[in-house]
Amino acid sequence: MIEIQHLSKTFQTSDGEVEALKDVSLTIADGEIYGIIGMSGAGKSTLVRSINLLERPTGGKILIDGKDFGSLTEAELRRERRNITMIFQGFHLLMQKNCLKNVCFPLELAGLRKAEAQKRARELLELVGLGDKQKSYPAQLSGGQQQRVAIARALATEPKILLCDEATSALDPQTTQSILKLIREIHDRLGITVIVITHQMSVVEQICTRVAIMDGGIVAEEGTVREVFATPKSQAAKRLVYPEGGGLITAAKGDERVIRVIFNGANATKTPLIAKMAMEEGIEASILAASTRSIGDKAYGNMLLGICGGREQAEKAIRYLRAVPDIEVEEVKEEVDRDGC
Amino acid sequence: MVADFFASESVRDALEILKTQFPLAIWETLYVTVLSTVFAVVIGLPLGVLLVAGENGRILKVPKALLHLLNVVINLLRSVPFLILMIMVFPLTRLIVGTVVGTPASIVPLVTASFPFVARLVESSLRKVDPNVIEAAQSFGASSFQIITKVMIPESVPSLISDTAVAVTTILGYSAMSGMLGGGGLGKIAVNYGYYRYQYLVMLLAVICLIVLVQIFQSIGTGLAKRCDKRLKGRK
Repeated sequence: MIEIQHLSKTFQTSDGEVEALKDVSLTIADGEIYGIIGMSGAGKSTLVRSINLLERPTGGKILIDGKDFGSLTEAELRRERRNITMIFQGFHLLMQKNCLKNVCFPLELAGLRKAEAQKRARELLELVGLGDKQKSYPAQLSGGQQQRVAIARALATEPKILLCDEATSALDPQTTQSILKLIREIHDRLGITVIVITHQMSVVEQICTRVAIMDGGIVAEEGTVREVFATPKSQAAKRLVYPEGGGLITAAKGDERVIRVIFNGANATKTPLIAKMAMEEGIEASILAASTRSIGDKAYGNMLLGICGGREQAEKAIRYLRAVPDIEVEEVKEEVDRDGC
Repeated sequence: MVADFFASESVRDALEILKTQFPLAIWETLYVTVLSTVFAVVIGLPLGVLLVAGENGRILKVPKALLHLLNVVINLLRSVPFLILMIMVFPLTRLIVGTVVGTPASIVPLVTASFPFVARLVESSLRKVDPNVIEAAQSFGASSFQIITKVMIPESVPSLISDTAVAVTTILGYSAMSGMLGGGGLGKIAVNYGYYRYQYLVMLLAVICLIVLVQIFQSIGTGLAKRCDKRLKGRK
């Protein structure tokens, strides 16, 4: 278990002090795939680098399985780091060493015998699907392949925790998919805890079980991915969940009411839900904004509907839609801040 | 004078000297250059490492004052012209070699003049190692010593080989200069015959030999550096 307690970090820059983290507390359970998402400069990278103390926090504590990392000596910390390995946006492989030697590298640092290290490295390259690239140098590989080598390297010391610092941000969408799939497979197979830092909502959606949303050095919101996606509470979360549609709903015209329909895996792709509602209940609904995607034949995401005919009609619509399984509905009353759009 | 230059007499003399004295002179130049380079690298490489690894204290914790002192000493030694430095280190040379003249004696001033140069070359090469790669190594639990020996130096090998070629050619030039003040080798021949006896042809031959040596060292260095740089290999 990773416990981050009241962590803060202040950088001294030429423009004065910058508070990258302000009193951040999080608990990450064993075996989770935990997402930390936020815009650039939200402090997420600083946070993840504080976990293995690449960055020394200015305040607070990191406890991993109850062990206070701040109190370790340099040598103890180096040993502990073998249990918390990392992959990076830029891969950061040794460019003068071939793939096999790159994967052997952490084992070599740990003082393992060469033959043993190479045996393990071969298995890992096999695991990440690059068994035939042992003798290739990083410069000969594509970005996705380099990240696979980096993953193999990170797994070499059999870590308990894998930190992914924007690991897919430099990759194209298709490669991102394959790397995420690999991370998921590894997680399922080895049962390690994975912490995923990203600015891409889709990454969190796809592989994370829980998520923390960082904004301006604080955790704006934290919870299961489902909860946060279905009912984002903080401004930062709303900005991320409704990147286009969050702010434009304030102008409900006349007797128009706005309701938010949240799809949590509803069987909605096959039935024309809104059209049916119009026909069966006589409710006129216009789609103000929608951000949904289908996974399999299930729909996820949310939609903002403008319902004509005042309160009564809106309530009718809410009742109608609530009767559909895996759909949540709420009326949107608050003035949504437009800043985020 | 131009006529003298090509007079059969002087050509015959020059060829005679080429045959009798050049082989030994080339040998002396080579061993002085190679030995001085080895010593300069042995001293300069750790200093270069110290300059980079000690900076901002992320890899090695070196007192700021020591780094500052090191920088000052390197700059100082690099700003003294070689011939003057050679005179200045006479006491040191006498202490180590027992004499200030002769081929072995010239190694002391050569090393003194070139190790700061090597340290600066090493410094700039090591600085080119991606700091992110160093950080990645730290995240895998690398100690400072391991970062230096398993990341910084191996990752800059191609660049360090080029540096060595530059150092060798510079030291070769210095070694020829040392011929002015008692050093042996091609420089001594060029000075003795060209400067003191006006046998320009001999001097010219010595210079040609030096040029050829520089070319050889430089091509070997460049070739080796290219060959072992895995960043350029087999890109499709």
